[in-house]
Amino acid sequence: MEKILGIGAEAVLVKDRYYGFDVVRKTRIRKNYRNPILDERIRKKRTVLEARILATCKNNGIPVPTVLHVDLGKAEIIMDYIKGARLRDIIDSLSMEEVKKYFQILGREVGLLHKAGIIHGDLTTSNMILVGDKIFLIDFGLSYFSKELEDRAVDIHLLLRAIESTHPRYVELAFKEFTKGYKEVMGEYVDVVLKRMEEIRMRGRYVAERRHKVK
Amino acid sequence: MGEILVIGIESTAHTAGVGVFSSERGIIANEKSEYKPAGGGIHPREAAEHHSKTFPSVLKSALKKAECRMQDITAVAVALGPGMGPCLRIGASLARALALKYRKPLVPVNHAIAHIEIARYSTGMEDPLIIYVAGGNTLITTYVEGRYRIFGETLDISLGNCLDVFARETGLGFPGVPEIEKLYHKGAQLLDLPYIVKGQDVSYSGLLTRALELYKEGYSIEDICYSLIEIAYSMLVEVAERALVHTKKKEIVLTGGVARSKILQEKLSLMAKVHDAKFSSVKPEYAGDNGAMIAYTGYLAFTSGIVIPIDKSFIKPLWRLEQVEVLWRKS
Repeated sequence: MEKILGIGAEAVLVKDRYYGFDVVRKTRIRKNYRNPILDERIRKKRTVLEARILATCKNNGIPVPTVLHVDLGKAEIIMDYIKGARLRDIIDSLSMEEVKKYFQILGREVGLLHKAGIIHGDLTTSNMILVGDKIFLIDFGLSYFSKELEDRAVDIHLLLRAIESTHPRYVELAFKEFTKGYKEVMGEYVDVVLKRMEEIRMRGRYVAERRHKVK
Repeated sequence: MGEILVIGIESTAHTAGVGVFSSERGIIANEKSEYKPAGGGIHPREAAEHHSKTFPSVLKSALKKAECRMQDITAVAVALGPGMGPCLRIGASLARALALKYRKPLVPVNHAIAHIEIARYSTGMEDPLIIYVAGGNTLITTYVEGRYRIFGETLDISLGNCLDVFARETGLGFPGVPEIEKLYHKGAQLLDLPYIVKGQDVSYSGLLTRALELYKEGYSIEDICYSLIEIAYSMLVEVAERALVHTKKKEIVLTGGVARSKILQEKLSLMAKVHDAKFSSVKPEYAGDNGAMIAYTGYLAFTSGIVIPIDKSFIKPLWRLEQVEVLWRKS
C-alpha cells in the first residue's frame, strides 16, 4: 500500500491509507549532522508551522490538502491525498482558453493566500494540482506567515520565474490572467505588488563584461 | 606556446598576497603578509597602509620562491573585487605598475571566483557544489550554463563575520573561529539561540546578537560557543543539502577562510554521505585569502582570452560572482 512519492532535502512523502482514506504522510527526516536536541526542536517547530498554515488555508477557502493527523514525535503530518494532474504535466495539453481560466483561478487563490497572511515560498507549477475547477496548492514546506509587501512580491516573482523557465510560451497570457484573478481578491494592491516585483527583478545583476582578445 | 607564468596580486581585505602559477609546474609561489587590527575589526585605511608597506617585500619573496624575474612572467593577474575600496586600490596600483613597466597583459580576477577555482584545483573536483565561507562571504554556488550561480547565501552578515565579532566582543581575540571552536569542545549544553533558515538562505545577525546577550547575562562561554557553532554550522549544512538535492551534483567542496574548520568539514561530510556525494575541503594553505588563487584563476582567464586595458582596470568593490562569465569552463 505504501508508495514513496518523493524524497526531498527535508522530508519524505509516502502515499498510504489512513482509516479508509488515501493519504500522504510527510515526515521530516532526522539530520545526523545536527545536535539531536536541536534537530528535534527544528523538525517539531516546522511540522507545527506547516500544519497551522494548511489549517489557515482551509479556513480561508484556499484548496489545500486537509490535515488529518499530526504526530510531533515523528515530525509527521498526515494529509489527504489530492488526486489530480499536476499543472506542470498537463499545461501543454490545455487549450488557450483553459490556460486563461486556470491562471485566473490561480491568481484568485494566491490572492486569498496573501490576504490570509501566508507566503507559499515555492509557487511552481509542480506544486499545483488540478481538480475540477480548483487548483490545489501543495508543498508548504517553505511557507511562513507574513503580510510584508516584499515577501508577497517575491512569492509572485518566483511563480513568474517558474512559468518563464518551464512554460515560456504561456508567460504573457498566463501572467495577465493571474493578475486579473489576484486583483479580484486584493483590489488595486495588485499594482503595488507588481511594481515591487519589477523592482526586485531589476535589482542589479547586470554588468558589462570587459573582454578583449589577447593580441 | 611554452611555459606560461602568471603572477597574482591579492589585496581585497586584510591580506597582501602574491602568488605565481606556472602552466608546467602548478603553483610555485604563495607569499603573503596579513594586517592584524590593533583592536576592533579591519580598518580599511590602516589595512591599505599595511599593504602598501608590505607589498614590495612580499612581491620580492614570491619571485624568489618562484625563481623567476618579472621579465619571465607572461601576465599579471589582480583581484579587482569584491572587497574594501582602499585595500583593492593598493593591489590594483601595484598590478598596473607591473603591467606597464614590464609590458605585460593585465588580467582581472574576481576574488570569489578565485576561491572557487583554487578549491577545484586543490581537490581535483570537476563539477562540485561549492560552499564558500569567509569573513566577507557565505554562499552556496555551482556552475550552470556559463556562470557560477548562487543557490543560497547569507541575508545579512557572513559566517566568518558572525564568529569573529563574537570572539572580539568576548575577548577571545582575532581570528575568532579557532578560539570559539576550542571552547565548543568544552561546552555541554545547547542554549536556545535563533536558527534562521529562509528557503535557500541563512541569516546570522540575530544569532550573533542573541549569543552576545547570553554572554552578558552570564551564561558559560563554553556553552555559548558550543551552541553558536552548532547552530551556525547546521544552518549552513541544511541549505547546502537543499542545494545539493536541487542541483543533483555529486561532489561538494568547502572553500574560503572558514574552510579550515574541522567541525564544519565533519558536518558537511556527514550530510554528503547520506546523498552519496563526495566531500572535500580546499587545502589549508589556500583556504584564507592568498595570491596563488589569483594567479591560478588569472591563468584560466588569460588562456580564455580575458585581459583588461590598464585605463579600464577600475576596482569593483561590489563585484558579484555571478556577473563573471566563466569562459574556461564552457564546453
